[in-house]
Amino acid sequence: MSPETHEPVDHAAAAARFIADAPHLAFHDTRLWELRQKRDGQMHGVPEWETLRDLASAIKEHTLSRLAEYLEQFEAQAIANGVQVHWARDGAEHNAIVLRILRENNAKTLVKSKSMLTEECEMSPFLAQHGITITETDLGERIQQLDDEPPSHIVVPAVHKLRTDVARVFARRIGGDPENTDAHYLAEHCRVTTRPLMLDADAGLTGANFLVAETGAMVVCTNEGNADLSANLPPLHIVSVGIEKLIPRQADLGVFVRLLSRSALGSPITQYTSHFRGARDGGRMHIVLVDNGRSKRLGQAEFWTSLKCIRCGACMNTCPVYRRSGGLSYGAVYSGPIGAIINPAYDPARYAALPFASTLNGSCTQVCPVRINIHEQLYAWRRIIAAGGLLPGKKRLVMRLAGVVLGSPALYRLSTALARTAVRILPRGLLYTRLNGWGRDRELPTPPSESFASWHARRKKAG
Amino acid sequence: MKVGLAVPCFIDSFFPEVGIATLELLERLGVDVTYPAGQTCCGQPMANSGFNGASRGTEANFARLFAGFDAVVMPSASCVNHIRKHLDAIPQDEGVRQLRANTYELVEFLHDVLCVREFPWAEFPHRVGLHNSCTALRSLHHANTSEIEEKPFSKPLDLLAGVRGIRFVEPLRADECCGFGGTFSVNEDAVSGRMGLDKVRDHAAAGADYIVSADTSCLMHQQGCARRAGMPLRFIHIAQILNGASA
Repeated sequence: MSPETHEPVDHAAAAARFIADAPHLAFHDTRLWELRQKRDGQMHGVPEWETLRDLASAIKEHTLSRLAEYLEQFEAQAIANGVQVHWARDGAEHNAIVLRILRENNAKTLVKSKSMLTEECEMSPFLAQHGITITETDLGERIQQLDDEPPSHIVVPAVHKLRTDVARVFARRIGGDPENTDAHYLAEHCRVTTRPLMLDADAGLTGANFLVAETGAMVVCTNEGNADLSANLPPLHIVSVGIEKLIPRQADLGVFVRLLSRSALGSPITQYTSHFRGARDGGRMHIVLVDNGRSKRLGQAEFWTSLKCIRCGACMNTCPVYRRSGGLSYGAVYSGPIGAIINPAYDPARYAALPFASTLNGSCTQVCPVRINIHEQLYAWRRIIAAGGLLPGKKRLVMRLAGVVLGSPALYRLSTALARTAVRILPRGLLYTRLNGWGRDRELPTPPSESFASWHARRKKAG
Repeated sequence: MKVGLAVPCFIDSFFPEVGIATLELLERLGVDVTYPAGQTCCGQPMANSGFNGASRGTEANFARLFAGFDAVVMPSASCVNHIRKHLDAIPQDEGVRQLRANTYELVEFLHDVLCVREFPWAEFPHRVGLHNSCTALRSLHHANTSEIEEKPFSKPLDLLAGVRGIRFVEPLRADECCGFGGTFSVNEDAVSGRMGLDKVRDHAAAGADYIVSADTSCLMHQQGCARRAGMPLRFIHIAQILNGASA
């Protein structure tokens, strides 16, 4: 994350803009709900599903509680496999290491597969400034790269776009027919324009879904095969990965591979599950192990379990708020429920609104394959953000006032009676103003003639 | 068993008929129930917004009024969840700990404590869509959810099965959140309003005349969305149906 200060993210305003665009909203909500339903279908096909979630959670918690040991074991294995291992404390160190490796190998062009970590480190703009040409090879990431937008979803990066949008982006950036919105045409057009760049690239960069401590293996799960091309075609393969991606043993992989794609896309497994232990013949392989705030989070009692995340995106697909606001409305690398608990750890002031972009409905927690208590962490962040004075002054004032009124039976009786009277007698134009957030899309309730308390007092008196 | 009836602030102020139905139903079932005067709120609105310190006075008032009851019953899942999981702005003495452990949501109390299944006075010959609030579902476990691999069960449906003439319709996204979310409804009014509209449309498309729920807060929001959209849907709390409301 860059050190300069940023304006706080206004999720509500961005979400309102997203909702105003009916065709995009309808597609986004429907498409992601389909993924959620496919995920449910896969879950019903695996009778031991809940046990798998228990196991995955336990393996991750065990690994995180002994992270240093497993990292050293992994490093020793990777070195024994002929891989060069680098350690990066933060995004800036990561980017400097990648640039150094590229320069040492005289590499000017880099193809990369999808990696949320490199987004987190803001690597692409840094390398571009230093004369490296980068090509995203995942279809969705490529669309986003060509449109100068960050990914809006960690698994389906361009899910907020319609085919018509993609056709226009392609026409503007890589040629093609802006009117032809046929999916096969668009995919093929991207393929034929991207493939030569892969064949000629000096270096390839991938992320990794899992690092296996006992073997030094890096496991990458993809559906397009682009990670394999990025890793195998160029003579130099760099793997950038967060230190929380470790699992102890090869045998543990089965638990996660069974959960990952079922949770993400509702498919039993990704098309490719590729295990890299060393460079291909004649090639060189480097891995950069990145902390970037993870050690700090590991020390936070309420939030360390967010490091169990395997980046499946199930919490985003199920989130009714995410589906109706789009990933870009979160103004952060990680969007949706998982983003709302990860981003504040980096910059609580900038991302103060995100833990409030939730109804605390808990669906995210229930789909999470590694049992992260996401909605409880959202609640915990709210307390920290409010206590830190990071919310707008108006909100603080309203809450303090509410506390005073609701703390006093007399003030409560008076103010609720006034509210009932106001709703009853005020003309519509005075009730439904710009300040009435409730009334923009909803009617106020019809006020009753008396409160329950007053009815009860009358009844008691009457005996 | 001495039972205290806690009536949430929004029910007291805007939906007294829900409090009345709850009280009458408990009395009808022979419960020794008292409504202590001087109630305001449980503290949830401030605490859910991060300002748990601001809910101190409210929580203290609640704890003072309900000290000494064997059980406290509330017709609202989210309030009960606040009391059980989050009522921690005040000192946690033995009385407060007891109160937090002995507070029940109405459906739970009827289903699990009183174990009542028959409501011979109740008849509701309408097509009804059941809305389980997210807190009722995922925190209080009123019913199984679509996200978890588990055996189907539903406490509210077990109760409503004892009502004559009632017919249920099944919306497509039965346990999707309706978007109320407390202060979320005004802080994120665009998303909240849209979620509410989608929810009532889903029920209407399934053929519902009524949406019934154990949570009036969800109903208040959904009713607001349906009225704005000019939909003829009607809304009713489960206590009203179980108490014999005819429409």
